[in-house]
Amino acid sequence: MQTIIEVENLHKTFTLHQQQGVVLNVLKNISFNVGAGECVVLNGHSGAGKSTLMRTLYGNYLPASGSIRVLHQDRMFEMVGAEPRQIMAVRRETMGYVSQFLRVIPRVTCLDVVMEPALARGWAADKAAQRARQLLSRLNIPERLWSLAPGTFSGGEQQRVNIARGFMVSWPVMLLDEPTASLDEVNRQVVLDLIGEAKQAGSALIGIFHDKAAREVVADRYIDMNAQESSHAA
Amino acid sequence: MAALPSIMETTATVPDQPLLSVENISRLFGPEKGCQGVSFDLYPGEVLGIVGESGSGKSTLLSVLSGRSQPQDGVITYRGQQGEIIDLYSSSEAERRTLLRTEWGFVEQNPRDGLRMGVSAGANIGERLMAQGVRNYGVLRQEALDWLQHVEIDANRIDDLPRTFSGGMQQRLQIARNLVSSPRLVFMDEPTGGLDVSVQARLLDLLRRLVRELDLAVVIVTHDLAVARLLADRLMVMRRSRVVESGLTDQILDDPQHPYTQLLVSSVLQP
Repeated sequence: MQTIIEVENLHKTFTLHQQQGVVLNVLKNISFNVGAGECVVLNGHSGAGKSTLMRTLYGNYLPASGSIRVLHQDRMFEMVGAEPRQIMAVRRETMGYVSQFLRVIPRVTCLDVVMEPALARGWAADKAAQRARQLLSRLNIPERLWSLAPGTFSGGEQQRVNIARGFMVSWPVMLLDEPTASLDEVNRQVVLDLIGEAKQAGSALIGIFHDKAAREVVADRYIDMNAQESSHAA
Repeated sequence: MAALPSIMETTATVPDQPLLSVENISRLFGPEKGCQGVSFDLYPGEVLGIVGESGSGKSTLLSVLSGRSQPQDGVITYRGQQGEIIDLYSSSEAERRTLLRTEWGFVEQNPRDGLRMGVSAGANIGERLMAQGVRNYGVLRQEALDWLQHVEIDANRIDDLPRTFSGGMQQRLQIARNLVSSPRLVFMDEPTGGLDVSVQARLLDLLRRLVRELDLAVVIVTHDLAVARLLADRLMVMRRSRVVESGLTDQILDDPQHPYTQLLVSSVLQP
């Protein structure tokens, strides 16, 4: 199995300058690999640093030290210390992030939100629209909503729009931050199917799933984050 | 919106030559007033946001970058359309002006500073093309009509004076006036600054789309972090004439490292 992402001795600290300079050591010495078609689930209590790890892998949080290498355009690319434009290229081509929260942009329609990752890769608009419509139907977003901006949608609808967006293109690495949280049975199954298809297609998946049933369906392996906890606040 | 004249296919590869290189530039008009020690590279298609409170030197930096005021120190080089390297401040005033009228654009905070208020909307859009030698009336008229449509202004306003337009329309006209010459680099000074929130949203949406479809490199000064998040790929945070932190936009806003950036980000009210 080809290694797609390699994390080595990753540390993440937060220094809260506005709060007496308190230093939080949230991630300490994290090392793991994920291969093609494999799904690794992060396990741990709330506050154990699961979301922090995901955000650090995505370049959203700045690691204190360590290494994150991903297979990007046929070579292992070091994310730690990379330039913004390089991280953006990794996010466009290689690493997808699906959370339960949609960042709504005023006036941008549901269909456009979903199509965006494909357009960013240079897909033709009609091909992107076709795929976006398929995903929205599959995730049971009523067609009458597709041309509206999702700002007024319910929380569950926004979450499903965001999932459609996340699965719009195929990613060598997918970060899944509770994609099934608070979904009804039918939609939860759709998301699990999408995850299964991504695995089949060879994506390396790293996920957080609080829902035990979902976790057991998708996980090939677990990473225990609780070991972190003792070292959390210095 | 109709298809834009020169839609570029987004390429997967990262451009390896910077469009603009800024090395250690300073322009001070008092201790910590202005900007000093600023260096960065801007690549084709990149949107750089400059944020910070008023008086931090954002606007001074922008005017130095855009060829409007000479730095006391440092070098700015621009890679032209033909790959030629232009040292901004060792070229003549006339050469800088040509650059500003053709390959560059500048969107002023106040549209009245960026538009010619005494001539029609159509003439405002056509001006840059005429400066580039386009003389055919039909071509100019058609370009103006197309661009009015791109920026969502009713085509039958083409002969009206900008002063009869609302603030949001004036700002969109200013954008059309700048983009008609297919610039590669556009400077923007608080482009949504003077507008109502509802008008702002529309303008931001328009800017986002144009930036992507035309593959523009942009340097945008804003004090509004929400605008920065929406438009900029990367940020430079300025305080008292210096850049205190720079990086990927969402990283700077979600995990700021410098005490001042942490203060700036935590001071924003969440609606």
